[in-house]
Amino acid sequence: MPGYEAESRVALRLTVNGQPEEIAFAPHKTLLEVLREDLGLTGTKHGCELGECGACAVLVDGRPVLSCLVLGLECGGRSVETVEGMAGPEGLHPLQKAFADLGAAQCGYCTPGILLAAQALIAGNPSPDLPQIRAALAGNICRCTGYVKIFEAVELAAAWMRGEDAAPRRESLYGTDFDESGLLPVLPSGPGEGGPR
Amino acid sequence: MTRPRTRVVGRPWAKVDAAAKVTGQTRFADDLSLPRMLHAKLLRSRRAHARLVRVDASRALAAPGVFAVATGADLPIAFGILPVSQDEHALCPDRVRFVGDPIAAVAAVNEDAADAALALIDVEYEDWKPIGSIEEAIAHPVPRIHDYGDLGNFHKLVSMEFGDVESGFLRADRIWDDIYFYEGNTHLPLEQHAALADFGPDGKLTLWSSTQTPHYVHRALAKVLEMPASRIRVIATPNGGGFGGKSDPFNHEIVVAHLSRVTRRPVKICLTREEVFYCHRGRHPTLMRVRTGARADGAITAMHFQTVLDGGAYGSYGVASTYYTGALQTVTYEVPAYRFDGARVFTNKPPCGPKRGHGTPQPRFAMEAQLDRIACDLGLDPADIRLAHLQPPDSLTANFLRIGSMGLGACIEKVVAASGWRERRGRMPPGRGLGLACSSYISGAGLPIYWNAMPQSGVQLKLDRSGGVTVFCGSTDIGQGSDSVLAYVVAEILGIDPFDIRVVTADTDLTPVDLGSYSSRVTLMTGNAALQAAERARDLLASAVSTQLDLPVLRLVFAGGRVFDAEDPGKGLAFAEAVVAAESKLGTLGTVGSYSPPPSAGRYRGAGVGPSPAYSYSAAVVEIEVDPESGIYSVPTIWIAHDVGKCINPVLVVGQVEGSVYMGLGEAMMEEMSYRSDVNGNVVHKFPSMLEYKSPTTMEMPDVVTFLIEDPDPNGPFGAKEVGQGPLLPIPPAVANAVYDAVGVRVDEVPITPEKILAALKSKAQGKAARFGPDRFPEIPYPEPVHIPTPAEGGDGRARDREATGAGGVRGAVAAKV
Repeated sequence: MPGYEAESRVALRLTVNGQPEEIAFAPHKTLLEVLREDLGLTGTKHGCELGECGACAVLVDGRPVLSCLVLGLECGGRSVETVEGMAGPEGLHPLQKAFADLGAAQCGYCTPGILLAAQALIAGNPSPDLPQIRAALAGNICRCTGYVKIFEAVELAAAWMRGEDAAPRRESLYGTDFDESGLLPVLPSGPGEGGPR
Repeated sequence: MTRPRTRVVGRPWAKVDAAAKVTGQTRFADDLSLPRMLHAKLLRSRRAHARLVRVDASRALAAPGVFAVATGADLPIAFGILPVSQDEHALCPDRVRFVGDPIAAVAAVNEDAADAALALIDVEYEDWKPIGSIEEAIAHPVPRIHDYGDLGNFHKLVSMEFGDVESGFLRADRIWDDIYFYEGNTHLPLEQHAALADFGPDGKLTLWSSTQTPHYVHRALAKVLEMPASRIRVIATPNGGGFGGKSDPFNHEIVVAHLSRVTRRPVKICLTREEVFYCHRGRHPTLMRVRTGARADGAITAMHFQTVLDGGAYGSYGVASTYYTGALQTVTYEVPAYRFDGARVFTNKPPCGPKRGHGTPQPRFAMEAQLDRIACDLGLDPADIRLAHLQPPDSLTANFLRIGSMGLGACIEKVVAASGWRERRGRMPPGRGLGLACSSYISGAGLPIYWNAMPQSGVQLKLDRSGGVTVFCGSTDIGQGSDSVLAYVVAEILGIDPFDIRVVTADTDLTPVDLGSYSSRVTLMTGNAALQAAERARDLLASAVSTQLDLPVLRLVFAGGRVFDAEDPGKGLAFAEAVVAAESKLGTLGTVGSYSPPPSAGRYRGAGVGPSPAYSYSAAVVEIEVDPESGIYSVPTIWIAHDVGKCINPVLVVGQVEGSVYMGLGEAMMEEMSYRSDVNGNVVHKFPSMLEYKSPTTMEMPDVVTFLIEDPDPNGPFGAKEVGQGPLLPIPPAVANAVYDAVGVRVDEVPITPEKILAALKSKAQGKAARFGPDRFPEIPYPEPVHIPTPAEGGDGRARDREATGAGGVRGAVAAKV
C-alpha cells in the first residue's frame, strides 16, 4: 500500500461495565467508535452520529451521554456503562425484562440507548411518573413502538426495582376489553423464558 | 369462521429474540466485521439532473489505503425491484437523476481513507434542466428523466372504470368534488442501511445486509454481477426498522459485492444518515381529485378517484404504488360504480416507493376526509354514515376484490363508545374536537413481484431425536416479530414451548424462499406455511405414537410438551420420546409447508394490485386541542380498534397498532420530505438530517387506547390477518376531521401544520373558503378507461372492450413475465 501509514494511536485507561480496560485507539475517535470498534461492544448503536437520535446513549460516571458526541479521549479514568453491562449472572436487569415482556423492543435498535437513559432516570428517581418518563426519554427516537410500550415498561421495571410485586396491566398485553373466550389453559412444559403470563 | 381455541397462539409471549434485543446481543449488519475487511464509500451526485461527461477515479485508486475503485462502467447491467422498471444502476453509467445518485465507489482500509479518496474522483457534469415537482414534470415532457415511460415524464398512466360511473352520478342526490394533497415523507428507520460482502476463495459470494427482501436482493445480485444465483448467498440481518425503506435492492449492496469480488476481501458499507435520506423509497407526494356521488342517506352511488404521484428519480415499486392509490377505496364501504385514473411522474428527487401502507394512506386520507364532509353536509353523524353502508363480509367489490371477514362495524362501535363520540362530538369547548376515520389493508399481496407459479412462502421443519425442533424460513424479522410468529405457530401444533424451538430465517442458502417482509404478508403467508409443515410433522409423530401406545391417532393430544391420550391424559410420551418413536419408525424427520394465495377474481389489466387473501380493518377517533390564535395543536388521546382476525400474540399486535398510530400521527402532524433549489438551480433536500426532519418524540405521543377485534378470516392461520400497516391509515384523516370539529375549518393537505390551520381560519374569517388545500388539479392525459362490468352487473372480472385475455390480465401490470 504505497503512501499508506497506519493511524497513530493513543493509550487510555478507563472502566467499562465495571471492568478496567487499557486500550489504544486513533485519537479522533468518538466514545461510540471506541466502544464498537476497539472494545467490540456493538450493543451501543448509532442512528445519525450527530447527536440527533439518542441510539448511542451510554452512561459515563452514571450520567447519560450521547457517545457519538464524546471523544474517547475525554473518558480517561471514567466509568462507562453500556447495555452489555446491564444483565448480571442473576439474569436480565428489571428494565430489560420489562422491555422483553411488554414488547417494548420491536426492532431493538433504539433499545440499548433507551434502557440506559431509563436506568439513569430510575437511579435518580425511583418512582418516575409518566411526564417524568417522557421528559427523560425525549432525546431518544424510536420509530417502531410509538413509545407507549416503552413508558409502560419503565413504569413496570421501576415498580419491580422498588421491590413491588407488580404485573403488566391487562390492557398492555391484550388491548382494552379483549375477549379471551378463544383461549385454552396453557399446560406447563417445563421452565420457559418469556411467558405466557 | 368460528374462533379457534388455542393454547400458545393468542397469548402474550415475549418475542423469541427479545432477550438478545434487550441485552444488545442482536447482531445488526453494521455490527458484523470480518478479518481483512475493507470499508466502502460512495461518491454521490451533487447535481439533480446531468449527463456524466467524464468520471475518472484513477487518482482515487492511487490514494493511500485504497484497494479498489468502481464506476458505472464496471457494473453496466440495470436492475430494479419490478420487472417492468429495471431502471437503476449500481453506479450511474452516464446520467445522474437526483442529488445523491451514486456515481463511484472506493474500497479502502478504513472509512477515513475511503472518504479522503472520494475527493480525488474527477466528475465532469453536463447539467440538464432539473424537474422538481408534479407540475414541472407535466409542463416539461423534455428532457425526459428516463427513456421509457408512458409519455414525456409520465412514468405511468392508467385508467379503469368499474360499472357505469356516470349513471351512478345521475342517481346521486349530490356530488362532492374535492382536491387533496398528501406530502411525501420517509421511513426514518433508526438503523442506517449497512451491508457486508465476502467473496470467498471458493468463488462464492455472501452478502449480509439490512434488507427486508433478501430474495429480491439475491436475484438483483445475480443479474448485475452476472453470477449464478447458486453461488450467491444473501443473509438478511435483523433490520433495525424497515417500514418499507429496505424493500428494494440497493446500489450499495451490489457495490460492496462487486468490490469484494475485485479485492478478494470482505467489504462493508454503512450509509450515513444523510445517505439514508437519499435511499428514501418513501411515501409518494400525491395530488388527488375525488368526485363522489351520494344519496341523502349517505349511500355512495359512484366515485371517480384521480391521482398523480411524484415518483422521484426511479421506478422502484412505483407502478404498484400508482395502482395502490386506486385499489382499496372499495373495500370499506359499498361503492357500486368506481372509476380510477392514476398517474406517476418522474422528478429529479430521491425515488419514492413503498412506505407502511404503500400507496393507500394518501387516497384513504382523501376519501375519509371527504366522507366527513359528506356526512356534515347531509346532517349525518360521520360514524353512522360509515356504519350504514359497510361493504359486507364474504363479498366481491366493484373492482373484484374478494372480502372475507370484515370487522369494521365492530371497530367503529368500539371507538365511538370509548371516546364518548355520541355525547362529546360537536359539544366540546372551543378549540377542542373529535375526528373519526376508518381504513383497511391487505394481508399480503395476492401476486408475487415477478411472475411465477411457485409458493410465496416456504417453511422447512427439522425434528431432532433430542426433541429439538428447528424452523427454517426465508422470512425477515424487521422488528415486527416474524421469527416469533413461526415459533408460536409450530409450538401450538406440536404442543411444545415456543422457547424450545430454534428459528433460522432470511438466509438464501439455508432457508426456503419467502418473498420478504412487505405488503403485510408475513404472518398470514409464513404462518400458513408453518402451519402446514407443523401439521405434517404432528401427523408423523402421531402415527408413531399411535403404534407405540396402541391408541387411535384421533385420540392423541399434543400439549404441554407431551403427546397423550385425550381420554387418559396420564398415558402418553414426552415430546422427545415421541420424536424418537417416529424417527425409529420412519427415519430422519423433516417436513415442509408452503403457501400460495388463492387466485384473484379480477382478470383485467391492473388486477394484480389489490387482491389479498384477507383484509384487515381499523377505525380511530382522534381528540384534538387547537389554539385558534396560533394554529398550534396537540393530540391528547387516540382510540383505535383493529380487526386483526385473530391475534397470534396480542401484546405484539397491540405494539404494531401503537407503532402504526405513532407513524400515522407523525405523517399527519409534521413529517415531510421537502426540497429547495440550490444556487445552481438543483433540487436539493432541504434537511436530510434527523434533527430537521421532524418526527414525534415522547413529548408529542398521545395516550393510545387500543381495542383488538377478532373476526377470524378463513384464509389466515388460526384466522389471523395483518396488523403492521393498516392501523396507520385512519390517523391522518381522523386528525383532519378532528381539526374541523374543533375549529370549523378543513385542512385538505397532509401534514396538517399549524400554519395551514391558521391560513384556513384566516380564509374563513375573510368570508372565503373555510379550508386550506390545493385549489386545482392539473390536466393529465389519462388514457381512455378500460371498462370492467362489476359483479352486480354480471361481470366476470374481465374488461369489456379490450384485453379480454386470460393469463395476461390475471398477472396485471406489475407481475410481468421475466
